[in-house]
Amino acid sequence: MNFLIGLLSIVFFALSIAVIGKSMKLNKKLSGEDTDGYALDSANNVNAIGMLLFWLFGTIAGVWSFLHARPDFLPIAASEHGLKTDNMFWTSMAVVTFAFFISNTLLFFFAFKYRHDKNRKATFYPVNHKLELIWTVIPAIVMAILVFTGWRTWRDITSQAPSNAAVIELTGHQFGWYVRYAGVDDSQLGHINYKLIDDTNNLGIDFTDKNSFDDFTATELHLPKGQPVLLKIRAQDVLHSVYLPFHRVKMDAVPGMPTKFWFTPNMTTDEMRAKLGKPDFNFKLNCTEVCGRGHFGMSITVFVDEPEDYKKWVSEQKPFLATNPSYLDKVPANLKAKASKYIPAEPIATDSTGTEAVSVN
Amino acid sequence: MSTALSTAEEIHAHDHDHDHEHEHHELGFIRKYIFSEDHKTIAKQYLISGILWAFIGGSLSIIFRLQLGFPDMTLEWLKPILGTWIDESGKLDKEFYLALVTMHGTIMVFFVLTAGLSGTFSNFLIPLQIGARDMASGFINMLSYWFFFVSSVVMFSSLFLETGPASGGWVIYPPLSALPQAMPGSGLGMTMWLISMTFFIVSSLMGGINYICTVINLRTRGMTFTRMPLTIWSFFFTAVLGLLSFPVLLSAALLLIFDRSFGTSFYLSEIYIQGQALPNVGGSPILYQHLFWFLGHPEVYIVLLPALGMTSEIIATNSRKPIFGYRAMIGSMMGITVLAFIVWAHHMFVTGMNPFLGSVFMFLTLIIAVPSAVKAFNYITTLWKGNIVFTPAMLFSIGLVSMFISGGVTGIILGNSALDINLHDTYFVVAHFHLVMGAASFFGLMAGVYHWFPKMFGRMMNKTLGYIHFWFTFVGVYMVFFPMHYIGIAGFPRRYYTFTALGNDGMAAFTNMNSFISIAAIITFTAQAFFAFNFFYSIFKGKKAPQNPWNSNTLEWTTPVNPGHGNWEGEIPAVYRWPYDYSKPGSASDFIPQNVPHSATPESNLPEENEEIAKEKDIEGLLGAQNESYNR
Repeated sequence: MNFLIGLLSIVFFALSIAVIGKSMKLNKKLSGEDTDGYALDSANNVNAIGMLLFWLFGTIAGVWSFLHARPDFLPIAASEHGLKTDNMFWTSMAVVTFAFFISNTLLFFFAFKYRHDKNRKATFYPVNHKLELIWTVIPAIVMAILVFTGWRTWRDITSQAPSNAAVIELTGHQFGWYVRYAGVDDSQLGHINYKLIDDTNNLGIDFTDKNSFDDFTATELHLPKGQPVLLKIRAQDVLHSVYLPFHRVKMDAVPGMPTKFWFTPNMTTDEMRAKLGKPDFNFKLNCTEVCGRGHFGMSITVFVDEPEDYKKWVSEQKPFLATNPSYLDKVPANLKAKASKYIPAEPIATDSTGTEAVSVN
Repeated sequence: MSTALSTAEEIHAHDHDHDHEHEHHELGFIRKYIFSEDHKTIAKQYLISGILWAFIGGSLSIIFRLQLGFPDMTLEWLKPILGTWIDESGKLDKEFYLALVTMHGTIMVFFVLTAGLSGTFSNFLIPLQIGARDMASGFINMLSYWFFFVSSVVMFSSLFLETGPASGGWVIYPPLSALPQAMPGSGLGMTMWLISMTFFIVSSLMGGINYICTVINLRTRGMTFTRMPLTIWSFFFTAVLGLLSFPVLLSAALLLIFDRSFGTSFYLSEIYIQGQALPNVGGSPILYQHLFWFLGHPEVYIVLLPALGMTSEIIATNSRKPIFGYRAMIGSMMGITVLAFIVWAHHMFVTGMNPFLGSVFMFLTLIIAVPSAVKAFNYITTLWKGNIVFTPAMLFSIGLVSMFISGGVTGIILGNSALDINLHDTYFVVAHFHLVMGAASFFGLMAGVYHWFPKMFGRMMNKTLGYIHFWFTFVGVYMVFFPMHYIGIAGFPRRYYTFTALGNDGMAAFTNMNSFISIAAIITFTAQAFFAFNFFYSIFKGKKAPQNPWNSNTLEWTTPVNPGHGNWEGEIPAVYRWPYDYSKPGSASDFIPQNVPHSATPESNLPEENEEIAKEKDIEGLLGAQNESYNR
């Protein structure tokens, strides 16, 4: 509502200028001082004052709206690199806001101050090399500093993931995300082949690779706090993009070209809930590359757990092979023994997916 | 070729016996107004097409702003126009939302700000300001417009397809744009988009070649490169940019056409869609992005440079002061032109491109901020101690400088790859480029129309309506795009139909602000009616224009009020000085047009300019050669 009031006031401000302009013009016509063939008219001063008023109201509106919107910005970053980039963002923002304010202020003030006056002549001032040099060098130095700090941070963020990172695979498809964990026995994800995709094995996990045997899939993303996480990102059909807003993580998912992003979450879901005072808060994973009709709804929930809770959750998950024992057929003979370890003793008593697969056979 | 020859002969005829020829040497209606080879007519054709496109593109944005600002609103009342794109529950179709976003972007970037801006003013001003009778090739120039027209017709028709127009975003990234099964808009709509853009590229190449040839070859005697108005410099650089980058877009589009229709795999690899594994392997969607942005980034400057050039001219004229740092302005435009080619991958920091490449492009991107900053400071210094006349054109030019600064500074944030991680594809980006490239270029376009309308149509536009139009637009554009930054900082992704999936009351937080933005957008858009009325009314009923309404120095104001074919009756004037001798000390008049020799103004000549007097004979001596060149 405040916005509507703000809007209306500015609109009326504009309208009042218009009306003044109009009446000035009428005035001029009445007094017959038509400066024929010349661009100047009596609205010149009104427009000049308009520049000043725009600056004034613009500054007020800018400051007020910032303060108003601020509580709704993303909360404090929930990842280690996010804290750094947030810091850099607000520092850079301060620098550019300063430049923005100074140059706009000069623009509007000069426009007002040097409005036409028939008793004055403009100063013929075509060039000043020293000035040009100053305002080439100063932005160049500021840029250099910004670039350098930005580059160092970028280099750290995009460096090789630590070897102890938890490896998690995210696969975008129209319209959702598949999550696959590397399992408990080896921390290696098994191969994937898009030609092996079927209704159950919707990732196309390749069971000729022994690393696949302990991999498990999930419908939500669990992350350990304080431990590096390496996201291996894939897409099945079109471009998608992994966006974890609260962790300041974004990386496109590209069909045919796996991408990656590693980061360290530093706040559990519970901690963030407590911090924000919102008991039902949840981290989210969204899609930020337009991918079709359901693009806007392509999200899953992300839980950041204490390391021990995370371990517990992982240990409770069943490998894909355990829930779908029929895929044991795809395992080559020499690896059958290794794979059979993951098959529950009584395959008939497993969950519905397993039985379904059996009954189809 | 024969047509080009006959044009030259016509001009020749004009040259010698124009006083007899003028009355009964009338072209037929079709040759004069439709398939015209006269650069002024072609410019007007571009302008009017551009204005029509702007209203179409604008109204598309209003429809999706309704969805974003008022997600609960029923749009049943739009059914007569949109038909089944409004579903049974009265909501906008989700795919059509994406189609709207896509077409808004495509139309505004290419059809309004490239064709409507550069097409109009390069055509109109290059011959008039450098002192040429017409473009180097009137025939190619005519073809350029008609290719654009065909392109427009194809793009416009695609709006009416049952499966909808192209919907994958104006960047049409494959595989979404390559696979018809991925979304309905990637079917015939996408095919038409590609056909239309192919024609468009051909059109802009023909235009660009013409602009470059004309600027290099057809300058009048005495018009050295360092005496050219900044407008001409900017059109020249724009044409160079377009000529070098549009072919790359064409190649991107061609490869996409191959992938779509002929089973190649340039952009496709390992795709499983709709229960089917496609045979394509080995392609890379990233390749498309490189090719696209190799045009896409220069494109930003293709729309911006003409606007900057025209406003340089307008600000100098109406400040009654020389543009500050004429050579620095040329230098920075040249710098921008060169750098524009080596910054493209800053659009791709988080696409999976090698992060090392990201570092390189971050360095290069932030360098381009320096010439841009120089330009902004030079504008501000030009106002300093001026004697400013606020014509509508001047107001829009000042508006441009403000938008250019406000939108430009956030580029420093987005050009920083580490910060771009979080901001990429959010509303922060939308706000940034709408200010710096959309609004700034639009303001340049408007400034140009208000300033050169008298030359185009021989009549004046109504100034008061111009002021009203400016203030509504200026305030409105800020109200739309300033708060949009906040939505971006809050992490709202662009091209979202609604924000419910963000969870955590994210949607509720900015409901009011989104409504505010939508209302502001509607008001701003509606205010353009002031312009439309003023423009079309003034063409027929405006006050008759004087010879030089803004007391400007450049050559176009030495032509008759309604310049005929060949622009000048009699000889083309010679040029003796730069175009910015405003308020020169010692001179009684506050402007000295370019065709006034230094020998005529001893009272105001600077010491080094007295040496120029000796060269005036040489310039005059070129007259024979110049006439000769038109007779060939």
